Amino acid sequence: MSESLNQLYTYLQFPFVRYALIVGVLIALCSSLLGVTLVLKRFSFIGDGLSHVAFGAMAVAAVVGLTNDMPLVLIVTTVSAILLLRTGTNAKIKGDAAVAMISVGALAIGYLLMNVFSKSANVSGDVCTTLFGSTSILTLNKTKVWLCVVISVIVVAVFTIFYNKVFALTFDENFAKATGTKAGVYNLIIAIIIAAVIVLAMNLVGSLLISALVIFPALSAMRVFKTFRSVTICSAIVSVICALAGILISIVASTPVGSTIVLVDIIVFFGFFLVGSIKTRGAK
Amino acid sequence: MSLIQCKDLSLGYDGHEIVKNLSFSVNSGDYLCIVGENGSGKTTLMKTVLGLNPLISGEIKFGDGLKKNEIGYLPQQTPVQRDFPASVFEIVLSGFCGGMGINPFYSRQQKAEAVCNIEKMGISNLKNRCYRELSGGQQQRVLLARALCATKKLILLDEPVSGLDSKATAEMYSIVKRLNSEDGITVIMISHDISAAVSYASHILHIGTSCLFCTKEDYIKNQTTVFPEVTGNE
Repeated sequence: MSESLNQLYTYLQFPFVRYALIVGVLIALCSSLLGVTLVLKRFSFIGDGLSHVAFGAMAVAAVVGLTNDMPLVLIVTTVSAILLLRTGTNAKIKGDAAVAMISVGALAIGYLLMNVFSKSANVSGDVCTTLFGSTSILTLNKTKVWLCVVISVIVVAVFTIFYNKVFALTFDENFAKATGTKAGVYNLIIAIIIAAVIVLAMNLVGSLLISALVIFPALSAMRVFKTFRSVTICSAIVSVICALAGILISIVASTPVGSTIVLVDIIVFFGFFLVGSIKTRGAK
Repeated sequence: MSLIQCKDLSLGYDGHEIVKNLSFSVNSGDYLCIVGENGSGKTTLMKTVLGLNPLISGEIKFGDGLKKNEIGYLPQQTPVQRDFPASVFEIVLSGFCGGMGINPFYSRQQKAEAVCNIEKMGISNLKNRCYRELSGGQQQRVLLARALCATKKLILLDEPVSGLDSKATAEMYSIVKRLNSEDGITVIMISHDISAAVSYASHILHIGTSCLFCTKEDYIKNQTTVFPEVTGNE
């Protein structure tokens, strides 16, 4: 045990490990705040869908030869998020189907482009890295950490300011619209911050595991808590603790960062599930 | 000037026209019941008046200084709400959302008013309960309390009693009637139940292949001659 702690202490001396911890916790916080709304609006898989879009955009950037693909990815993902969320509950193609369409389409096009035009010899390795984010969290530089801090502060601030609007729109969009809430504007703001968070999160856990960060904390909190406020707060706390624990464990046990965080999330979910069923049985 | 005046409305969605040449007006203090077959366009009419659905042609005018954010609405329940983790108080409070503009938080006065509306619906004991654990009748009262937070003038109800048992239905009707007669709130209600519509409403709007708008008394007189099918199967 003390050996592990020593090892941990040694690793924490490295700036890249500290960067990973900061970024991991911030992303976990942001994605869990938005997760509650997304899960309730039946957009659980939007994280996965948008991350595939981002993957497609990265592929295009790689083929065109852009050295800095961040702006392109950010723009393409934001536009897709807006297209998906803008229509809200009144869309012709419902949330899950629309997300699935965009997700599969972007993934296929991205892989095709990478395969046909890639200059690198190790195509499947490149794809794997983009999807699972196996190393990128450990290659963060100071600029990326600051970018992450700034975006996280903005997301948390926007979420706090619009908390009541988000609740009203999530619970009943038609009522909110009918009684004079400017649903279009708020949906747009929410879509933009969701896109920002997902592009950020791709750096941490990679495309395929983003959905876990969005879904698990929210679902865990919903097992036990009954009000929107308590569910939101609980899911934020759960998400931050899981991310922290996941990163520390992955350092000590030298496991992949993203998968370890998700594993911790899954274990916590079953814990909450048990507590939830004991609570309801106790009430009866 | 009436509260709402609709002239030569043409209603529909996705380019399909369902209702043509519909004219009616609602005055302050009226209790209008909209009746008609399934699919005749009752909900479409309500959504169009609320601005949720584009108007194909015609004109809807709000009078008496009625503003867009002074209308209460009780929609049909959506599937999202069935497993939504929210307390009764949170939901009722969200009724103020449209009225507060860019102000991000609810005031103390709004919170007090929400509590007051919860009391009015006789559900004070459920204030901190979770919405998804309530019965259908209790849920409707919560949504009605929320609608009251949005308005002092006009409330639109889309089949408020669907899915309720007979006791809850009677209670719902008497609550709405009380809001109309005691608080002076104008009511527009969609209903399947013609006998209830006739006994509570002051005006009836029948939507179908031909539309009829008249006072309750005229409707009862006309019912047997113009719409024999209506009395038969309801």
